[in-house]
Amino acid sequence: MNKSRRGNFVEAGVLLAAAGLPFILLALGEAFYIGFATRLLIFALAATSLNFIVGYGGMVAFGHAAFFGGGAYVVAFLMQAGIVSAWIAWPLAILATVVAALAIGALSLRTRGVYFIMITLAFAQMIYYSIISLQSAGGDDGLPLAQRSTLAPLDLASDTTLYWIALATLAICLIALRRLARSPYGRALAGLRQNEQRMEALGFPVDRLKLVCFVIGAGVAGLAGALLANQEGLASPNLLYWTQSGMLLVMVILGGVGQRYGGVLGALVLLGLEEALGQITEYTHLVIGLALLAVVLFAPHGLAGLARRRRA
Amino acid sequence: MTQLVLEQLLNGLQFGLMLFLIASGLTLVFGIMDMINLSHGSLYMGGAYLGAAAAQASGSFVTGLLAAMLGMAVIGIVLELLLLRKLYRRDHLTQVLATFALILIANDLVRMIWGPQPLLLNPPAALAGPVELFGFSYPAYRLLIIAVGLLVALCLYVLVSHTRVGMWVRAGAANRTMAECMGVDVRWLFTGLFALGAALAAAAGTLLGPLLAVQVGMGESILILAFVVIVIGGIGSIRGALVGALLVGIVDTLGRALLPTLLRTVSSPEVAGHLGPALASIMIYLLMAAILFWRPQGLFPARA
Repeated sequence: MNKSRRGNFVEAGVLLAAAGLPFILLALGEAFYIGFATRLLIFALAATSLNFIVGYGGMVAFGHAAFFGGGAYVVAFLMQAGIVSAWIAWPLAILATVVAALAIGALSLRTRGVYFIMITLAFAQMIYYSIISLQSAGGDDGLPLAQRSTLAPLDLASDTTLYWIALATLAICLIALRRLARSPYGRALAGLRQNEQRMEALGFPVDRLKLVCFVIGAGVAGLAGALLANQEGLASPNLLYWTQSGMLLVMVILGGVGQRYGGVLGALVLLGLEEALGQITEYTHLVIGLALLAVVLFAPHGLAGLARRRRA
Repeated sequence: MTQLVLEQLLNGLQFGLMLFLIASGLTLVFGIMDMINLSHGSLYMGGAYLGAAAAQASGSFVTGLLAAMLGMAVIGIVLELLLLRKLYRRDHLTQVLATFALILIANDLVRMIWGPQPLLLNPPAALAGPVELFGFSYPAYRLLIIAVGLLVALCLYVLVSHTRVGMWVRAGAANRTMAECMGVDVRWLFTGLFALGAALAAAAGTLLGPLLAVQVGMGESILILAFVVIVIGGIGSIRGALVGALLVGIVDTLGRALLPTLLRTVSSPEVAGHLGPALASIMIYLLMAAILFWRPQGLFPARA
């Protein structure tokens, strides 16, 4: 009890510090980094949503880019059609990814293991190629946003406001996902991870439980995509390509599969490393790749697992 | 029209055979060691670069091809002994992480050595022109690729289904533990197989070099096609890889060439113009999803 209360204090402290970050950056005259920090938060959100599917639902989905990039494209399409309000565009982005995830998940969950990995990958690639062959979606160049979404009464055009929105979204999603993991539904998912056949024998609708998990993760990714389109001012096809799914998966594994802050940690470390290395070398991916190999060989349960082991 | 179809069929056959060279190594790695190797596309890219560099240095395409195969085989052995061996018993997620890291490393290494510009690789001068074939002209170089592809497929078939080593391979794919119990040293067998797979991927990279661009990132797009091939064919099956590769090669090539025209006959030009290219580029993924839907283990499952 005492330990969990101390954990709550730490979390509240981190949240406060994160909320105050823009003031520090502005005081230091590094306003550029507010945009970068926003990107970090958005990728942390996307990685967290994938961690829900992989870590809590036990499904290795290799097509998360479809939902992440999909959310971004929905916002860009709506903007093109003249719908600027985030109150309409963002829920629609979530709705679109949820519908897509329902269809993809229902078909993919007929398969297991390696075949599930491959079929989610195939669906994501279908969406990627469909979008880039559409002239109206800007093809290889992506679809630029004429402006940021409007979120009355807030002023999203301000970088600081967008940062806070991203932070609030991440915090709310983390709390909601934790509650979900502790609910009867979350307990059923934990049972599924341990023994699917036993859960089926106990009368749980196994496939439906997994589908719901897949759809929730996809919806959150769609929201993250909507945020990212606003941050970058562009819905880029790179967001839909399979290497993006790989990157998100790498973040999750790096941070710790099924760990509450695994996705956040992985995104912070990977993007932070990329930014820091970018200052000193042109070959950032070479160094990151070597670091990832070191993690594979020396920290089998990811960074969160490493911290946990140190504490024990 | 028939001429166009025939020409595209040959192109599809040629592309399919090259996919088979890449997929055959991948399917054995996947099937026997149950290992997801995302870096197989990097072997293909490395082979293309080695081949192009050796061909430029020696002035001979054949030398380039052989150097690429030998070089990548050696790199494959080193990689297997140092890293991949440690990954077989780990879960799929760890394998994804490690081999994705290899992609990142390989892309930057290639950029470091050869720079960001694509490399130029010319086909052998003797084969640069077209030849007359069934009343139409067809590039001689593409015919060579078809011939080499068929030859390699035949060699692999003989190796896998008519030799003792091939028997071990099939036994390992069907049930690895049982094969080990019967005295097959799967570890060394696998090092050899990985080297062979790397050499075949390198051959495909060099052979396709004059047709596609030799550039960073070329491995990523072909890797996914190779996965589609082996999932369609059934993971671990060489025969499945061949059938899958030809299916994917022909469906993809014919789809891109003919679908927009076909659509125009049944719908308005505007709809066809929008839908045709999109539909053509996702045909193979639709094919894969359909096959997995009806035959979740692929066309030729290696495991009973």
